[in-house]
Amino acid sequence: MTQVGSMETGAKAPAEVAKPVMSSQSKTYLASLALLVLVLLAWQFLPPALGVPKFIIPTVTDCLIEMKRMLLQEGLVGHTLSTALYTVLGFAIGSLLGAVIGYLLGMSEFWEKVLSPYILALQIAPKVAFAPLFIMWFGYNAMPKLLVTVLIVFFPVLVNVLQAMRTVDRDLVNLARAYNLSRWGIFMKVEMPSTLPNLMAGLRIASTLAVIGVTVGELVGGNTGLGFLISYGGGQANAAMVFNAIVLLTVIGFLLYTVLVRIEERVLHYLPKAQH
Amino acid sequence: MALEFRSVSKEFTTGTGQNLVAVKDISFRVNEGEFVSVVGPSGCGKSTILSMTAGLYQPTRGEVLVSDEPVSGPNAHVGFMLQKDLLLPWRDIVSNIEFGLEARGVARAERRDRAMAELKRCHLAGFENHFPYQLSGGMRQRAALARTLAIKPEIVLLDEPFSALDAQTKLLLQNSFARTISETGKTTLLITHDLAEAVLMSDRILVLSERPGTVVAEIKVDLPHRDEPLQRRVMPEVSDYAGQIFKHLKLEEKAI
Repeated sequence: MTQVGSMETGAKAPAEVAKPVMSSQSKTYLASLALLVLVLLAWQFLPPALGVPKFIIPTVTDCLIEMKRMLLQEGLVGHTLSTALYTVLGFAIGSLLGAVIGYLLGMSEFWEKVLSPYILALQIAPKVAFAPLFIMWFGYNAMPKLLVTVLIVFFPVLVNVLQAMRTVDRDLVNLARAYNLSRWGIFMKVEMPSTLPNLMAGLRIASTLAVIGVTVGELVGGNTGLGFLISYGGGQANAAMVFNAIVLLTVIGFLLYTVLVRIEERVLHYLPKAQH
Repeated sequence: MALEFRSVSKEFTTGTGQNLVAVKDISFRVNEGEFVSVVGPSGCGKSTILSMTAGLYQPTRGEVLVSDEPVSGPNAHVGFMLQKDLLLPWRDIVSNIEFGLEARGVARAERRDRAMAELKRCHLAGFENHFPYQLSGGMRQRAALARTLAIKPEIVLLDEPFSALDAQTKLLLQNSFARTISETGKTTLLITHDLAEAVLMSDRILVLSERPGTVVAEIKVDLPHRDEPLQRRVMPEVSDYAGQIFKHLKLEEKAI
C-alpha cells in the first residue's frame, strides 16, 4: 500500500499550471486587438492620403456605407444565408463521404493500394477547375457549387482518416483481438476513437476549404450568394461590394472553424492540453 | 491451468521474401500456479512465444497447449500485458479495466463491479474516473494489470511490463505485482531481459539463445518469498543465480 502515496504525484492537478497561461493569453488578445485597430486606421486614412481612388481601395467607412446599401437594396441577408447554407451542406456531405471512404479504405489494404495513385492524382488536381464542367452538366442551379464544395472538402478528410487508420497501434488491435472483439468491435472501440484526432484535424482544414468551394461555384455561375455578389460588384467596378462580400465569406468560414474547434475540445478532452 | 510448448517452431516470411526463424524447437511446461520467466538476448523470439500463447498466431510446427488443449485462437484463459500499458486514452480507468469484458457477454453492472474490485486489488481506488494521461507510468501499468486480471484469466503473460519504468517504481511495482499474482494463484509467464527481475520474481527461469531462439538452460530458483521480491532482493543467492544466467547467455564472450 505504501507505494500508492508516492505515486500520486503523477496525477497532477492542471489548475495550478493554468494561472500564468491566462495572463499571457490576455496579453496576446490585447496585442491582436491593437493590431486590428492599427490596420483599420491605416485602411481608413492611408489610401486617401496617397491619392488612391475609391473604386480601387474604398475606405472602411465607404465599405460600411455600401454594406448598409447592400442590406437594403441587394438582399444581402439572403445571399449570405444561401452561401452559409451551401458551405455547411457541402462541408457536411463532403466530410461524411471522405470519412466513410477513408475508413473503408483503411480497413482494406488491397483497395487502398489499388486506389492510392488515383486518390493522389485527384487530390492534386485543382478541384475548383471542375466548376465550369459541373455547370455544363447540371445547369445554373445550386448543384455545381455544392459539388465543387463536396469535392474540395472530401480529400483532406479522406487523407487524414486514411493516414490515421494506417498508424493505429497494432498492439492495441492485438489486445482487442485477444479480448475476442469482432472486426466491427475493433473498429468501433479501437480504430475509430484512435483516428479521432486526425479526423478532427482533417475537418478543420476542410472547413476552411468549404468556403472556397462555394465561392468559386457562385463566382462561375448562378445569381445567388456572396460569390455572385463578388462577380457582380467586380463587373460594376464596385470595390466596396467585393470587399464586403469577402469579409462576410471570411466570417462564415471563421464561424464554421470555431464551431469545429469547440467540438474538438469536447471530443478530444482526454488529450493532455499541451498537445492541442 | 498449465501451459505447455511442444517442440514449437515459428517462421516468418519477411518483406523481402526471406524466411526468418524466430523460435526453433522450443519445449517447456509451466505448471498450474507456477511463475516462470523467459530471459534471452533481444530478438530471440520472446515476444513470439507470448503471441503464440495468446493465440494471436499459430506455430509453424509443434503445439501450444493450455491445460492440454491446443491453442487455436484468442481465448478467454489467457491474459497478456506488454511494456506499453495499452490503455485507451479516451476512456477513464474503470472503463479501461472493463474493456476485456465487453466482448464476453458480461452484463454492464457486473462488469463495473469486477472492474472496481480489480481496481482496489491493484491499489488504484479513487482513480477510477481519471484518464490515463493523468496517471504516472507505474499507476498506468497497475491499471493494465487490473484490466488483465479482470477477465479472470487462468494464465497471465507479462511481456517486459516493468522495463519502461524508473528504477524505484520498478521495484515497488514488481513487489506489488508479485503479491497480487501470488494471491490470485495465477499461472504466470514473464518475459524479460532483466536478469535480476527474473530471479526475484520466478519459480523457474528459461534461458533462450539468440535467434533462432531455443531453450539453452532451465534454472530452478530455490528461494523463499516469491510473493515478496523486495525481501528476496537482499538475499546473497540472488547474484549467484543472476551469474548463472549470465553465463548461459554467453554475455562475457560478447563484451569487448
